[in-house]
Amino acid sequence: MSVLVFAEAPQGQFKKAAFEAVTYGRKTADLLGTECHALVLGEAENPAQLGTWGAHKVWHATHDNLNTFDSRSWAAAIAQAAEKTGATVVVMSHTSTGKSVEGRVAIRLGAGSVSGVSRLPTIDGGQFHVVKPVFSGKAYATFEIKTEKKVLSVMGNAVRPETLGSEAPVEALSLDVPAPAVEVVEVKRVEGRVPLPEAEIVVSGGRGLKGPENWGMIEELAEVLGAATACSRPVADMGWRPHHEHVGQTGLAIRPNLYIAIGISGAIQHLAGVNNSKVIVVINKDPEAPFFKAADYGVVGDAFEVVPRLIEAIKRFKAQQN
Amino acid sequence: MKLLVCISKTPDTEAKIQLAADGKSLDTSGMKYIMNPYDEWYALVRALELVEANGGTVTVVNVGPADNDQIIRKALAIGANDAVRINAEPTSAWFVAHQIAAFAKNEGYDIIFCGKETIDYNGSEVPAMLAELLDLPFVSWASKLDMEGDTATIQRDIEGGVEIVKVKTPFVVSAAKGMAEQRIPNMRGIMMAKRKPLKVVEPVPAEDPVAIVQYAMPPAKKGVKLVDPENMDELVRLLHEEAKVI
Repeated sequence: MSVLVFAEAPQGQFKKAAFEAVTYGRKTADLLGTECHALVLGEAENPAQLGTWGAHKVWHATHDNLNTFDSRSWAAAIAQAAEKTGATVVVMSHTSTGKSVEGRVAIRLGAGSVSGVSRLPTIDGGQFHVVKPVFSGKAYATFEIKTEKKVLSVMGNAVRPETLGSEAPVEALSLDVPAPAVEVVEVKRVEGRVPLPEAEIVVSGGRGLKGPENWGMIEELAEVLGAATACSRPVADMGWRPHHEHVGQTGLAIRPNLYIAIGISGAIQHLAGVNNSKVIVVINKDPEAPFFKAADYGVVGDAFEVVPRLIEAIKRFKAQQN
Repeated sequence: MKLLVCISKTPDTEAKIQLAADGKSLDTSGMKYIMNPYDEWYALVRALELVEANGGTVTVVNVGPADNDQIIRKALAIGANDAVRINAEPTSAWFVAHQIAAFAKNEGYDIIFCGKETIDYNGSEVPAMLAELLDLPFVSWASKLDMEGDTATIQRDIEGGVEIVKVKTPFVVSAAKGMAEQRIPNMRGIMMAKRKPLKVVEPVPAEDPVAIVQYAMPPAKKGVKLVDPENMDELVRLLHEEAKVI
């Protein structure tokens, strides 16, 4: 009865989401008194590195039918790997890939599943409990998983990747993988930026910025903080910023350590996507903006004056740190 | 084309969530309910557009008690041809997926649409489970879907971008923003909806593998600390020393 972590490697590279899942899996294994194994599907750079984040062992499966992503093929591979390696708990990231396969793996294994968990599991009175935000972050729910086999997907930034070991032994795993039915024609990704769901700091702009030509200072603030940029729904709808930057109810739900909202009033639909952020800073010239009620720190002032000042202050701070 | 759209009932986006005194359940008194926005605005409307362009039928299916007929009638008013309600409390994604799969198994739908997630439990699990139970391909979080013959070209949202895929019918797809524009039912639609067939079927046995044992509210914010807009060094100091996030 081991814990098996499906560690995603988009374009062959492991990202933070995979390291978080491995650390989550290791701590779950420690709780259950068992080993944490990582599962890598397809070509990936240096699978042994997953040992650093807590995997005792890495299973690596390559197959022609794993060269592109198809939820049916990949779910079949993950479920089969769990059965072959004797895993009772399967952990994965709550990403676009995780969301496509998590439910399928649960059905294949006859496992109880909870998606988007935000804390490590606990054993309470012999019951296996996990917690996730529900109602778009307005509440939390504790789920009991009653079945022996369990499948979990872990929300981004739910745990911090921790150095819990060194390189792990990698063993090839042979799997029978059905041919993909979904043909991937093209992948369009914005290069050279921190992807929004993985970012620890997010700088977000709203209608208060008046037009796309004013995003220079948002980008600069993000640059000095090593942050990702995001935007509110009206900004994406008006085409000022790309759709994939839209956070909120109908866009992306994120939970960074620091969310800086500039010129965003804070409608409930926007809050639904960001209210799980650890710390929220709101910069708005309207002291009545509802966002201030959800904020930890607020600056009532004109963004066009405040943001350049903030950029200079951060530069001074960074210079002192070095 | 024969299309199925799975719809859910959720608390209104703006509903205030309150817990029963022991935190074991929700206090639903006075709660206003709506059709899950992803199901209504994107999945249902895109299905209707495809049928308008290519011919065919759109059936909506819901797992829920008789109270849910209200949102089912709304789906019919927006334009679905007929509806099926599986008469049971939707206690888990597992349970709901098994009910819909049992109903859809022998119906030969070309496309089964779901919303990308429900705004209550935010799970995204039902469409993937349904696809597995029916052994169908599944494309998640689709923001565009175009048909040519029996092949769909779908754009799906991925981290920091999009992926374009092709898949042949039959398949399951979950709809995200961008796939269609919300439609408001008109008076004629509302009148016609009253005469459209709404079949009630009884559930198949399916045991819940998970259960919610406790709810909790998020820790209350201490209240906003206002910083002088002239003094951004102070904000940086607070973020570093107090909040410890930079």
